[in-house]
Amino acid sequence: MKTNHTYSFIVLTAVLLFCFVLNISLGSVGIPFSEVFDSLFGTAQNNTSQIIITKVRLPKAITAIIVGSGLGISGLLMQTLFRNPLAGPFVLGISSGASLGVALVILGSGLFGGLFATALITKWSIVIASSLGSFIVLLAVLAVSNKVRDTMAILIIGLMFGSITAAVVSVLSYFSSAEQLQQYIFWGFGSLSNLSWSDLLIFFSIYAFGLLLSIASIKGLNGLLLGDNYAKSLGLNLKQSRLIIILATSLIAGTITAFAGPIAFIGLAIPHLTRQIFKTTNHKILLPAVFLFGAIVMLICDTIAQVPYSDYMLPINAITALVGAPVVIWLLVRQRKMMF
Amino acid sequence: MKNETSHIILKAEQLSIGYKTKKIETVIASNINFELQKGQLIGLVGANGIGKSTLLRTLIKVQPELSGAISLNNKDLKSTSTLELAKQLSIVLTEPLTSKNLSVFELVALGRHPYTNWIGNLTENDTTTINNALSLVNISELKDKKCYELSDGQLQKVMIARALAQDTAIIVLDEPTSHLDMYHKAYILKLLQKLTKETGKTILFSSHEIDLAIQLCDTMIVMTKDQVVCDEPCHLISKGIFNSLFPKDLIVFDDKTGSFRVTK
Repeated sequence: MKTNHTYSFIVLTAVLLFCFVLNISLGSVGIPFSEVFDSLFGTAQNNTSQIIITKVRLPKAITAIIVGSGLGISGLLMQTLFRNPLAGPFVLGISSGASLGVALVILGSGLFGGLFATALITKWSIVIASSLGSFIVLLAVLAVSNKVRDTMAILIIGLMFGSITAAVVSVLSYFSSAEQLQQYIFWGFGSLSNLSWSDLLIFFSIYAFGLLLSIASIKGLNGLLLGDNYAKSLGLNLKQSRLIIILATSLIAGTITAFAGPIAFIGLAIPHLTRQIFKTTNHKILLPAVFLFGAIVMLICDTIAQVPYSDYMLPINAITALVGAPVVIWLLVRQRKMMF
Repeated sequence: MKNETSHIILKAEQLSIGYKTKKIETVIASNINFELQKGQLIGLVGANGIGKSTLLRTLIKVQPELSGAISLNNKDLKSTSTLELAKQLSIVLTEPLTSKNLSVFELVALGRHPYTNWIGNLTENDTTTINNALSLVNISELKDKKCYELSDGQLQKVMIARALAQDTAIIVLDEPTSHLDMYHKAYILKLLQKLTKETGKTILFSSHEIDLAIQLCDTMIVMTKDQVVCDEPCHLISKGIFNSLFPKDLIVFDDKTGSFRVTK
């Protein structure tokens, strides 16, 4: 059984590497494989390819890996914590919280007006607002989940947070300029590009911290599989574990939403995909598997979104659902039963 | 009988249990006193809604007591940390598992949680304990099965194995025989009796199988509307405690057979 998983991990890693190279070599300009490798190792003859690869495509591919794996992992954490297969950064309103934070910064700045507004909209204010928004919503969901035992109710409350966000955004957009509105809508499409190496470094640092917290939660997550009372009887500090899991999720999902926009679907679907294929709920196996799957799916989606050899750049948010949802439906229909 | 206190594993003194909100205190049962000896099988019986689960939940520290004291191994339960408690007391509850997608081995292995490192790696010692637990309840051959493939009776055995793997002095089970057929009810309770004899663990369980409990338990805790009595089953019968368990319009306790029968 163990060797079986090792084999799966080797295959997945190989697929990930392949998708990574494929993603970099395909784009509006065709660059042959050999040149891609040369550029990656800094020995390219063609200067233009070198610049395209290192300044544009490489950061984008790395962003795709971080976004895909991060959303997958935060979805996994939420599904286990809330004991609900429907949970995910989106359904629970975490992404709504991030959107609300961003909307307040981009659109709300119109209310403050003038100099203050331009000072307010920097990349970092968006990142901070988004992370803060997702963290606050998650705390609210957690507070509610402590009072309401019914997990269905928690999900509905999460959806309500989404509605509130949508409503506040509508009100804000009524008062904001076309320019601001456009900026917000473009953020909502989701985008993996436009991240410089220095942005990426900060993005990666926060993500890596969240990832470390998730890895530290593996034991607690496995305990939670038995339910709260059992977990507690196993000596698990429930309050602390919950807080760490939520902190990890809001850090990961929050920063991803901040840097790449609210990307739907991945967070909900990847954990299910992984459970179906690996046939386990042991987080020691699930967590790395979700990491690999999320990264692979995101790289493939991004490759499709950039429409190879053309100038079109489709919204990544649409592609993830268009490509991914049928796969999940197919898997569930084929297996006839959901693993949780 | 010398040095009596050293054999007492769980003790309740002037215990009062129930629920407390900000304003109202709902007392379910009060004036509960008992001392449970090491290595015994103890059955907790009483009518529906009398507070069996509340008492168990209080004893396993899921909910706080209203007043009085519980001591586990001569130490006040309140001052026992969650991790310390996990090494002394394990539980089998009625609540369904959140995930049935674990293999039997993985689930039983979760019982090693209090002893494993930060990521939950199993040492050789852990694996031995897990395999021992599996063979003690005769489910070694189910090891690689998934929990959703098991029958209710098998799943109950797996949960008992998990509690055994936790390597605690006392195991508390909340209605381990509900949902089981007559044979498996007897099987599980007989298994619990065997475990107390073979491992020296103290096992406390709540059940509605009063006649089985009378035959198998060393001690019984009987909860009636007016009092909570703890004694050996034969003493309880001669005191006529079981007759006060239920209203007498439908069933009466027969001292000779040690079971209830329907009135004609």
